[in-house]
Amino acid sequence: MIRLTLLLIALALPLKAEEVVLGLSQDEVAITATFDGSDLLIFGAVKREAPIPADAPLGVVMAIAGPSEPVTVRRKERRFGIWVNAQAVEVDSAPSFYAVATSGPLGEVLREVEDLRHEITVPRAIRSVGAPAGVTDSEAFTRALIRIRAGDGLYQVLEGAVDLEEETLFRASVRLPANLTEGDYRTRIFLTRDGRIVDIYETAIPVNKVGLERWLYELAHDRPLIYGLMSLFIAIAAGWGASAAFSVLRR
Amino acid sequence: MQIYLPIAEVSVNAFLLLGLGGIVGVLSGMFGVGGGFLMTPLLFFIGIPPAVAVATEANQIVASSFSGVLAHLRRRNVDLRMGTVLLVGGLIGAALGVVIFNTLKAMGQVDLLVRLSYVVFLGAVGGLMFVESLRAIRRSKSAPGAPPQRRKHSWVHALPFKMKFRVSGLYISVIPPILVGISVGILAAIMGVGGGFIMVPAMIYLLGMPTKVVVGTSLFQIIFVTAFTTLLHAVTNFTVDIVLAVLLLIGGVIGAQIGTRIGTRLKAEQLRILLAIMVLAVCGRLALDLLLTPTELYELGREGHA
Repeated sequence: MIRLTLLLIALALPLKAEEVVLGLSQDEVAITATFDGSDLLIFGAVKREAPIPADAPLGVVMAIAGPSEPVTVRRKERRFGIWVNAQAVEVDSAPSFYAVATSGPLGEVLREVEDLRHEITVPRAIRSVGAPAGVTDSEAFTRALIRIRAGDGLYQVLEGAVDLEEETLFRASVRLPANLTEGDYRTRIFLTRDGRIVDIYETAIPVNKVGLERWLYELAHDRPLIYGLMSLFIAIAAGWGASAAFSVLRR
Repeated sequence: MQIYLPIAEVSVNAFLLLGLGGIVGVLSGMFGVGGGFLMTPLLFFIGIPPAVAVATEANQIVASSFSGVLAHLRRRNVDLRMGTVLLVGGLIGAALGVVIFNTLKAMGQVDLLVRLSYVVFLGAVGGLMFVESLRAIRRSKSAPGAPPQRRKHSWVHALPFKMKFRVSGLYISVIPPILVGISVGILAAIMGVGGGFIMVPAMIYLLGMPTKVVVGTSLFQIIFVTAFTTLLHAVTNFTVDIVLAVLLLIGGVIGAQIGTRIGTRLKAEQLRILLAIMVLAVCGRLALDLLLTPTELYELGREGHA
């Protein structure tokens, strides 16, 4: 029995002949008062015990996902001559940010089956279970969600954006826009051979408001009354101070 | 210089905000209006979420009216009694307005509500002002006619619960001022305006208050109603952005000083027609957004439950 297990392990080991070793340009993203988006550089190497297999080219796929949350997608309709929100579909879970970067055309580096299993591309990362009665084309709402977020730079498909050298070193740069949601950004790196995944590496990049931004945001949500009173006080003081300064200047 | 607004969660150019505050400040100094009804739509245009724009603007109005109220109090141009009656109505109205606002927010129709309110009110006020000032200019060119007669006694004087307002020299029922206060409070909560542009004409024509005390008294009411509105929005919606408010305010105060000086050089009728044209332009832009087929038919609700 033990021999059989050892044999199985010995047989299984070569399957994981290639492994990802990863580096990041920054361990966390801090949203400060002057935050205007950020470039995230992801780089790494493929560690292997055996020589490079010659049978199929290596592919690298990276997926960076912001925290998922439900989203309401509303569609406008013309009623009484004006455009109003009419139908709404609740998408159960959609990442607030999602970027996929690959070393080649998606169809070549990743098989459909693997995409389905690991939920790698944008449409796979969104989960929409059912549509309310009266909405027959709920896919249109999901497509609209992807379109709007892609327009804001929140959903990115970067085919061929991963530089792969000598089938060993790889790197990619992903632009994080200014309107990021806070949370842990799940980052996954997939190594593929012939579209089949041979190794997965996973890590998380925390994105947080820091300093004054963090303090104001937390105060506004945890102690809204104190925050409101403080806002009034600061605003009155600033307005009064500015006009007092002006009347001193005029004299 | 880009600045990240902590509550609105968008990154905006700080100088754009200072500039906007400044321009609206110049206009409010020139025309002697609060400017909230111009600022809130402008904030929509630069991409601030309407809920944040309305709540933050309420906060800004408190601050920008504060020094004005102090000046009027010193000159004894505030009818505190009338102001308090208007305020009672205003607080009721603001509470009602926030309830309406939050109900429609849950239904996903708050943008429509805010925009429609703006189109209706800006259209009506701008149109009336335009016609009125055109007429005034024509009258001043031709021979000066008899001044318009004001009715001394209207239905306002027949209502019960009368009260003496010594500063205004009035003995009238408290019902009309309370109703005026309520409607202004609702507007403050839904539109993020002080409501002076509705309250001042109502005080002069409906309540028959002397013009001298109208501005001071309305500012007195506005400051408390908008402060209350700010707190309600802060507590129920978490949409007051203090960074945004302060930036707009600094621009606004500086702009107002410049505007007051320009205002003294222009004629009253010309000023009013300019203001009317501007109000109609903002109204037209908002109306077009509602009437034209939008390029994007779909819209995302914030955080799923917005």
